[in-house]
Amino acid sequence: MTDNDLTTRLLGTGGEDAGCEGTLARLAEYVEGELSGVEMAELLPAVAKHLRNCPACAEDYGGLVELARVRNI
Amino acid sequence: MGKSTQNAPAGRQELDAESREWIDGLRATGVDRSRALQRLHDLLLRAARAEAHRRRHLYPEIVGVELDDLCRQAADDAVVAVRAKLDEYRGASRFTTWAYAFAIFEVSVKLRRHAWRRGRIPTADDDATWERLTERAGIMGARVESAELFRALRDAIAEELTPRQRQVFVAVALNDVEIDVVADQLSSTRGAIYKVLHDARAKLRHRLEREGHLGQERAR
Repeated sequence: MTDNDLTTRLLGTGGEDAGCEGTLARLAEYVEGELSGVEMAELLPAVAKHLRNCPACAEDYGGLVELARVRNI
Repeated sequence: MGKSTQNAPAGRQELDAESREWIDGLRATGVDRSRALQRLHDLLLRAARAEAHRRRHLYPEIVGVELDDLCRQAADDAVVAVRAKLDEYRGASRFTTWAYAFAIFEVSVKLRRHAWRRGRIPTADDDATWERLTERAGIMGARVESAELFRALRDAIAEELTPRQRQVFVAVALNDVEIDVVADQLSSTRGAIYKVLHDARAKLRHRLEREGHLGQERAR
């Protein structure tokens, strides 16, 4: 962990952040877009920023990627 | 074009056949709706169990009946959330992926809160917080400037933040307390607590930038 990593972890990245509710609302399209090869961080930058700043939502994102890949659970 | 898309508001995308079936079922009445709700519950219970299984290394102490009960609670609450937000589903993804997100959110909140239920949330007055942070920075290879940054950060926390911002920042950012745990203990939600954290971080960044502790690239 560098100084930059540490300060990012403590202070976040700044800029527009979709927040937890805003991210949850668009997480499904974000994940499906990524899985189909679309650069969703460019289309929904505030969601991408939130996923960098919020470990809880980032973990949820990881789970949704897994389920969206499997499709039939 | 089916009924669901014909009546769709501007911006809604055409639904795939499976998603349309879900939406039509959940908007039906009587036995059709009951069936769709039961099917949705079954689906979200499987999603919650799959997510709990994926996270089993994080919560090895939660197993068996206790774990299954949490998954069932998560599925119950996810069904409520899906029903409440059904009008916000715009077809930008498959319905099932959209619904899975609620099951994952609910099971993650419940697992975190359950795992932490006997823990104590550190406060700003807890010197061990800073000792741990300094030690971690050293272990992880951060440079010597960290010590100066931490001193400035500690002053900024004391002088710039409201009591609630201080409480949330110290717990979540400095001590890695799960945000869902803090939300539970403060009778709030993940989103509301994240907003408090976001505002606290912005105040601290501005102060540290003003004092020259952060590079210009972080000012963006």
